[in-house]
Amino acid sequence: MGRRAANNLALAVLWIAAGTTVVILFSIIGYVVINGIQSLSWGFITTWPQGVNAEGGIAPIIVNTLYVTGLAMLFTTPIAVLAAVYLTEYAVQGKMVDTIRFAADSLASVPSIVMGLFGFALFVEALGWGFSMLAGAAALTFLMLPIVMRATEEAIRSVPRYIRWGSYGMGATKWQTVSRAVLPAAAPRIITGIILAMGRAAGETAVVLYTVTQAIDLAKTPMQSGRVMPVHLYLLAMEGINLPAAYGTALVLMILILGLNMIARWISKRYRKV
Amino acid sequence: MLETQHHHHTHTAAGEAKIHVKDLNFWYGDFNALTGVTVDILKGAITAFIGPSGCGKSTFLRCMNRMNDLIPGTRVEGLMTLDGEDIYGQGVDPVDVRRRVGMIFQQPNPFPQSIYDNVAYGPRLQGVKRKNELDAIVEDSLKRANLWKEVKDILGKSGLALSGGQQQRLCIARVLAVQPEVLLMDEPCSAIDPTSVQKIEDLMAEIKDEVTIVIVTHNMQQAARVSDFTAFFLQEVAGEPAVLVEYGRTSEVFTSPCDRRTEDYITGRFG
Repeated sequence: MGRRAANNLALAVLWIAAGTTVVILFSIIGYVVINGIQSLSWGFITTWPQGVNAEGGIAPIIVNTLYVTGLAMLFTTPIAVLAAVYLTEYAVQGKMVDTIRFAADSLASVPSIVMGLFGFALFVEALGWGFSMLAGAAALTFLMLPIVMRATEEAIRSVPRYIRWGSYGMGATKWQTVSRAVLPAAAPRIITGIILAMGRAAGETAVVLYTVTQAIDLAKTPMQSGRVMPVHLYLLAMEGINLPAAYGTALVLMILILGLNMIARWISKRYRKV
Repeated sequence: MLETQHHHHTHTAAGEAKIHVKDLNFWYGDFNALTGVTVDILKGAITAFIGPSGCGKSTFLRCMNRMNDLIPGTRVEGLMTLDGEDIYGQGVDPVDVRRRVGMIFQQPNPFPQSIYDNVAYGPRLQGVKRKNELDAIVEDSLKRANLWKEVKDILGKSGLALSGGQQQRLCIARVLAVQPEVLLMDEPCSAIDPTSVQKIEDLMAEIKDEVTIVIVTHNMQQAARVSDFTAFFLQEVAGEPAVLVEYGRTSEVFTSPCDRRTEDYITGRFG
């Protein structure tokens, strides 16, 4: 085989590898769209489920998903951002900090089914919150924490040092500099990280199955149970009661998550120059 | 043998010293970067620091508002006073020093916030909250920085939307808003357009009665144009500490330097 042929062969293999990724993504999307589009209607996303909860719309389920994800975001953001600020700005770099980072990375790799189990044991049982939005949001915080923390660390580190100098050069204290100059400058990237983490949480099944379970009603207080989209989808599909509705739910869920990802991309693009 | 004793033109001590420095040594870790610097920065004057790259002039500038404290492993020895008070004295908070001794950097560094918020940053740190008070400070500072006319209708726009030269003037306005007594400028004009350089040199002359200015510059013409006093720094041997070679009235340093090395540098024989 000539050098030229070898080159072409290598190129072809690389193309196929790259193409496969795209094909897989579009196959999944296409399959869900084709199967789900027939169920998708205005009524589907705005009305209550009927019958054995397999007919009708999924309005409360969509709201519950946003509810528990939003709540988890409220828990995650302050903890993750403050932890990242501590690690990047205040902690003396060394073994301790490396350990904390390693812990965060390990947390990110804990299987979500295990996280759910722990969330169940701690929030549902030990703290007595029962199956509730609150317990679900708290458990989802485990999932989101490492993502938002690492995103915030990266964001803070990417703030040019002369931004800090500008603040110090005017007689700002360290905390003033961090809170009023560094964090605002890092905000677009931090927000991007939060939105991506919300996308992960919105699609998470195992954790919420353990902690929120599947009450079909709209949760009015954080202490109530409520079914979210991944769980609804799982139940509809595995019990084979209404496959078209399952695909419809899958489609709505994917649109939601793709939407979140696109917002995150838009923010990071828009502020890239900053 | 290094000559650490520098020359003083006799009448430089005539004015009132805003910053007094005696036998200052500076270390980056084990490296003695500056040695035996003795100088009086006079109140209400513009002092230029000149010298080849790596001669310690920026390092020395950063000693004067304790910015070097932000670099781990640095150390200062000797005396440096601001209005007679030891800048490095026991219990002196560098934050207080920097409030009185503001700094402008080579790279314009506005915050990614609006023009208004950039200038209001310092006053807000000091607890100014009332809108009309902030408005007045912002307008006054931008006027003093020769930028008001260009930005008065776009105060809500991002500071980063401005040109490099405008950004540098915005940074000057931002520092002036906290009413510093001394303004340190570290090669403020090396990265910007000539029109803005002119405007910055103009404003320096306009504010120097209220704000004592020290400027580090590579541009000898600029030093000659804007400054009242000039200090020439030099590191003669790599790895050895730099020294202040000569300090005096700009007119004299440039026309009849006392030291051969100053003359060589000014006439462009090295650097």
